[in-house]
Amino acid sequence: MSKKQKNGSRTGSPGQLMIPLVALGILILFNLFRDPSFFAIGIAVNNSGNSVLSGNLISIIDSASALAIISMGMTLVTAACGGQDISVGAVGAIAGSFFVKVLNRGSSITIGSVILGIIVCCLGTILFMLFNGTLVSVFRIQPMIATLILFSCGRSIAYWINGSATPQLISPIISAMGMTIPGIPIPTPIFAVILMGVLLYLVFKFTNLRLYTQSVGINEGAARLNGVNPVMIKLLSFVLLGVCVSVAAVIGVCRLGQLNHKTLLIDIEMDAILAVAIGGNNLGGGKFRIIGSVLGAYIIQMLTTTLYAMNVAPVNVKAYKAIVIIIIVVAGSPVIKAKISSLITRLKSRNESVAEKEVA
Amino acid sequence: MQDVVLTMRGICKQFPGTRALNQVDFTLRKGEVHALMGENGAGKSTLIKVLTGVYEKDGGTIRIEGVDGEAHIHSPQDAQRIGISTVYQEITLCPNLTVAENMFIGRTDSAVVQWKEMEKRTTELLRNLGIPARARQELSSCSLAVQQMVAIARAVDMQCKVLILDEPTSSLDDKEVEMLFMLMRDLKSRGVGIIFVTHFLEQVYEISDRITVLRNGELVGEYRIEELPQVELVAKMMGKNLDDLGTFEKTERGTDTQAETVYEVEQLSSSESRPFNFHIRRGEVNGFTGLLGSGRSESVRAIFGADRVTSGKARMNGKSVKITKPFEAMKAGIGYLPEDRKRDGIIADLSVRENIILALQVKKGFFHPMSRKEMEAFADEYIAALNIKTASKETPIGSLSGGNQQKVILARWLLTHPDYLILDEPTRGIDVGTKLEIQKLVLKLAEEEHMSITFISSEIEEMLRTCSRLIVMRDRKVVGELTGDELTQAHVMKTIAGGE
Repeated sequence: MSKKQKNGSRTGSPGQLMIPLVALGILILFNLFRDPSFFAIGIAVNNSGNSVLSGNLISIIDSASALAIISMGMTLVTAACGGQDISVGAVGAIAGSFFVKVLNRGSSITIGSVILGIIVCCLGTILFMLFNGTLVSVFRIQPMIATLILFSCGRSIAYWINGSATPQLISPIISAMGMTIPGIPIPTPIFAVILMGVLLYLVFKFTNLRLYTQSVGINEGAARLNGVNPVMIKLLSFVLLGVCVSVAAVIGVCRLGQLNHKTLLIDIEMDAILAVAIGGNNLGGGKFRIIGSVLGAYIIQMLTTTLYAMNVAPVNVKAYKAIVIIIIVVAGSPVIKAKISSLITRLKSRNESVAEKEVA
Repeated sequence: MQDVVLTMRGICKQFPGTRALNQVDFTLRKGEVHALMGENGAGKSTLIKVLTGVYEKDGGTIRIEGVDGEAHIHSPQDAQRIGISTVYQEITLCPNLTVAENMFIGRTDSAVVQWKEMEKRTTELLRNLGIPARARQELSSCSLAVQQMVAIARAVDMQCKVLILDEPTSSLDDKEVEMLFMLMRDLKSRGVGIIFVTHFLEQVYEISDRITVLRNGELVGEYRIEELPQVELVAKMMGKNLDDLGTFEKTERGTDTQAETVYEVEQLSSSESRPFNFHIRRGEVNGFTGLLGSGRSESVRAIFGADRVTSGKARMNGKSVKITKPFEAMKAGIGYLPEDRKRDGIIADLSVRENIILALQVKKGFFHPMSRKEMEAFADEYIAALNIKTASKETPIGSLSGGNQQKVILARWLLTHPDYLILDEPTRGIDVGTKLEIQKLVLKLAEEEHMSITFISSEIEEMLRTCSRLIVMRDRKVVGELTGDELTQAHVMKTIAGGE
């Protein structure tokens, strides 16, 4: 049975999404009972004079954007390397600095300069992520230790890139990217999540990334003997995480219209790891489902928003959040999962024996 | 009539979709070695797991001496408490602790551990049982056989009445097996009932008193060893008669020395092997033989680029090729089934389908994924062709039996249609029926598809049956090459041993 349990907890089957879907369902039900108006969606006019959709639901999906995007990349690194990158927040600050540095060099912010900024930001971030990836894949350092380096010094590097100031970015283009585009009532970051999701979907569709990543994560030695290059796959996962971090950082910077290297994407690494775990992915690598992690990200954000809506003091929010997360994580643990599946088989066999008797 | 120590009656166990055990009886007497035989999937492991509390039985009774009425076993701890101990194929001790620590780990009731006392008792026990290990020695510094014996000693020290040995000899060499058997005989004389599960028929006849045969989850029968000749045992396990086997053994294979050379290499060496020359012709089946550790696996790993290649000039179909990593070997048309299926072969959590298409998919390249339909067609084709027993093509390969896992790996390489296929111990740890199937398949591939195959096996009979040329290795060097009339067991043994 032990073997079966192991397989059960590791498969990327639809069963993997049970926990996040149930958790999300319970959160929604809870809010429906507590206050149905929680889900009300209205139209409001924002600071820039655009009519936009407003309401808790929109705010949840909007605020979770950066987290959802980073969770996608984190899922890949987790699957390939069997460990997590804890430097994503700090590297995000570096990414933001690259972006701002490029934009503030020119006299004015244009679409062209923004695109250039995003490209430079991506390339720069990928370089830093390759540093992490090299330590993990070539030198076989535990991912958490390898990424501890940039976790510690990333925000200092971000500070060096931009000098002491918290540079401002004032332009309608920036606010359109961080909030809404005039005429479109849906916050732009939501489109960024969709864009990244589609991008990864296409990558999975047109390459063997999923098969290779899972093989490397489950049995690196066997993958190598089948012609897969584990070093390249791990590096690639870090490269893709780099792209995700860049996009998340650009969202963060545009949202505020400024860069604060101390607070940009702060603490996001822990939430991202949590999102991967809530999504039912094995933190030890192997099979994975990106959609699970994205659901995880929205669950985390919904939890926070729910607590605020219940007027829980900001100081206490983290404690309440922890309680709920304990429940979700324990419910998704192999022990509980095995208990549930054995219960289900017992019920099934009982039904079968009843049916057999009836036939007899 | 000896005293009965354990009776299992009418044991049933159902898994979703399969009936693993159906009304199985098993009786163990004091001081006997009782072999539990059957092909993979016959229900041996399930029966053992029911007995040791890993699985809950669905029906039947278990009685054990010392327990009034029915014994209720719900966990391995329950089993241990009433005197049932198990030593598994994979050693389940802690390699980085000492022998004494391993003997007592998890058994002390108080938090205070009396190391001195423990070491004394361990030393005594080791001496008593004649196990060549020291109490303070780190377990990992012992040979596998000794580690296994320590595990047995631990079981014995817990006053077990029933000792289950699950494939204890599969990673031991002959000398070590002999050591283990001495220990088993000693335990026998102390009245311990031993259940012996193994694939090695010769060993069954060497040590067992009785045999219980299972097939497809049902009891075939219980026999005294002298009542059941080896061929009949095989027939009972497979549930068919032996004509098949007989004609197969008689097949003579000639070497077509005219056929062109498919692969050849000069002075090939890797980080793990010394330089050697090697070639194979189209449609030829040859093999590397030698003792365990003689370098035969390392040689084929060097051919496939599995280890770091340090020198050598390889030619494939006459064209010179550079093979320093597996991918290059695959591109050149070489396939390699590794020796250690669990460690190097299967991707346990991935489905049978994904495991089958893996090598072909990699060969096609990162940017050329096959469609789902294509993969499923390939999976279906090979599951049928190799008669792979799996619930579905989406079942994780890790939940298949060893023989079927091996067939999946074989299917993986056949799917790449290699010119040259290397099979390192393809029949290790799998049941007799599958063994024969694989041997036949090898010969068929060579004859009908003109595939060149290098076949490695620890069982010399098997190699004599399949190979037309044997390369003999000793101490990481090629010491001889045998063909034609030289291919006899005696001659091979002599060459391995080094006498002319």
